[in-house]
Amino acid sequence: MAKTRTIKVDYLARVEGEGALYLKLAGNRVEDVKLKIFEPPRFFEAFMRGRGFAEAPDITARICGICPVAYQMSSVHAMEDALGVKVGGMLRELRRLLYCGEWIESHGLHVYMLHAPDFLGYQDAIRLAKDHPDEVKRGLRLKKIGNELVTLVGGREIHPVNVRVGGFYKAPRKADLLKLKDDLEWARDAAVETARWVNAFKFPEFEQDYEFVSLCHPGEYPFNEGRLVSNRGLDIGAEEYGAHFQEQHVAHSNALHSVRTGGGAYFVGPQARFALNFEKLPAICRDLAKELGLETPCRNPFKSIVVRSIEIVFAFEEALRIVKAYEEPDRPHVEVAPRAGIGHAATEAPRGMLYHRYELDEKGLIVSAKIVPPTSQNQKQIEDDLAKFVPPRAHKKQDELTWECEQAIRNYDPCISCATHFLKLNVERTP
Amino acid sequence: MIHSESRLLVLGIGNAQRGDDAVGIEVARRIAASPPPHTAVRIVFAEASAIMESWRGAQGVVAIDALQSGAPPGTIRRIDAVAESVPADFGGTSTHAFGLGQAVELARALGELPPRLVLFGIEGADFGHGAPLSPPVAGAVREAAARVRRELAEWAAARAAKP
Repeated sequence: MAKTRTIKVDYLARVEGEGALYLKLAGNRVEDVKLKIFEPPRFFEAFMRGRGFAEAPDITARICGICPVAYQMSSVHAMEDALGVKVGGMLRELRRLLYCGEWIESHGLHVYMLHAPDFLGYQDAIRLAKDHPDEVKRGLRLKKIGNELVTLVGGREIHPVNVRVGGFYKAPRKADLLKLKDDLEWARDAAVETARWVNAFKFPEFEQDYEFVSLCHPGEYPFNEGRLVSNRGLDIGAEEYGAHFQEQHVAHSNALHSVRTGGGAYFVGPQARFALNFEKLPAICRDLAKELGLETPCRNPFKSIVVRSIEIVFAFEEALRIVKAYEEPDRPHVEVAPRAGIGHAATEAPRGMLYHRYELDEKGLIVSAKIVPPTSQNQKQIEDDLAKFVPPRAHKKQDELTWECEQAIRNYDPCISCATHFLKLNVERTP
Repeated sequence: MIHSESRLLVLGIGNAQRGDDAVGIEVARRIAASPPPHTAVRIVFAEASAIMESWRGAQGVVAIDALQSGAPPGTIRRIDAVAESVPADFGGTSTHAFGLGQAVELARALGELPPRLVLFGIEGADFGHGAPLSPPVAGAVREAAARVRRELAEWAAARAAKP
């Protein structure tokens, strides 16, 4: 009988929030793999009941310090769906601009501080910075410009306060946005260099046949709007989400696992968006992908760092487009009146699709809320990756295998705090 | 960037909505009420790049943050961050794994530490959403503010004594 061996990581480093990995090997066979999310669940869905519809963007922004804009965007769009409101013109553009800022902040942090050390053999970004100071300084400056975008449009860089159902409390001044133009142009070019830098990393040979799921909009790379599509024929509106996706409770995790109804794991995030929306990227991104030899779809999850970097280029290019064309709107928001209804929305958080559903009573009070964050959607896919990634590498030494498992998890930029509304690595081996 | 008139910086770090995590902000507010000469006061969320950006240009920085080290609540710990390394988990409740401790060590690795940098960590007890400061932590605010002022006064005196 094959001996068993376990790989355990009690507190996963360089992920957002608290989680662990437990992996049990019998010879080269993975007997058990659990991505454990033990950060306590935060019951946001329950404590929103009875609150006014207008409070949703400010309450849900508190779920995450890394992607508050995503929570605000999914909540306002779901509320507007329930209340029969459509936000267009410059207000819609400002929402895209705010999302650009968040993608830059979040992707910048992950590429430079959390994921790059894996590929270059450093324990953390501090040791990376000692040997690669110029790259780390570039990453910090990119992130800072993202922070400035969020501050300018959202009111402050963490947990923005300027978003409301119907638009914004205050529209930024054109002159203030234009002040960012030179920085945005520098940053777009620096983001191209970032993509070239990470593309030279060594990637483990590993590919899977994924079901990628993301928003898809006819004319643009998706942030706020579009149908939910997959490379296996899914094509639905957000209101049909419940019929096609299921959340399952698993004992080892405080985050619910999401699966496709009648199917299995699926993949959300930059690689899904890139696979399903490549043609909508601006020429600078498509040309860059070609220069880097990056295939579409890209089925190696370790190359997510390259895709994420191309999305940073996109976010700067899109921000520049919006800033240059911006005209101050007559009013910062459209009027919204309460009514009973049910609203759904999915938007693209940096780490993947984020679904919200609200039921409102006639006074506009929240009767029920449902929030499905990207990390809980990717959780099962991460476990599936590990189950297939480890067997061919089971001969490796414990510390090397553990390192590669952690790296495989970080491919997904998991945001554990969000998912519990979710990481620690245990690999058990029977040699 | 610090205005040239304000060579010194007091940095209150934390989240005002997370109980004792607000203690650094409370101490900074006390200093802001009657700031010593040439001293700016700022409040930042515990995020490394924002912290590093906030002290750019400053000659001396005193940063105050909450701690969770297992010491009795209200205990004040001082670290001369230029002279000694700072534990990666120093400060606050940020789960982003990128708080004050990392900001200091990343700045050191990049050669971007301010010439003087002292950290005061105040042990917290309750980091609940919307909670007020717990009594032992609230009780430490006055002493922490006094120690911040002493630090700034010593720097000013050392500068004045220079020929």
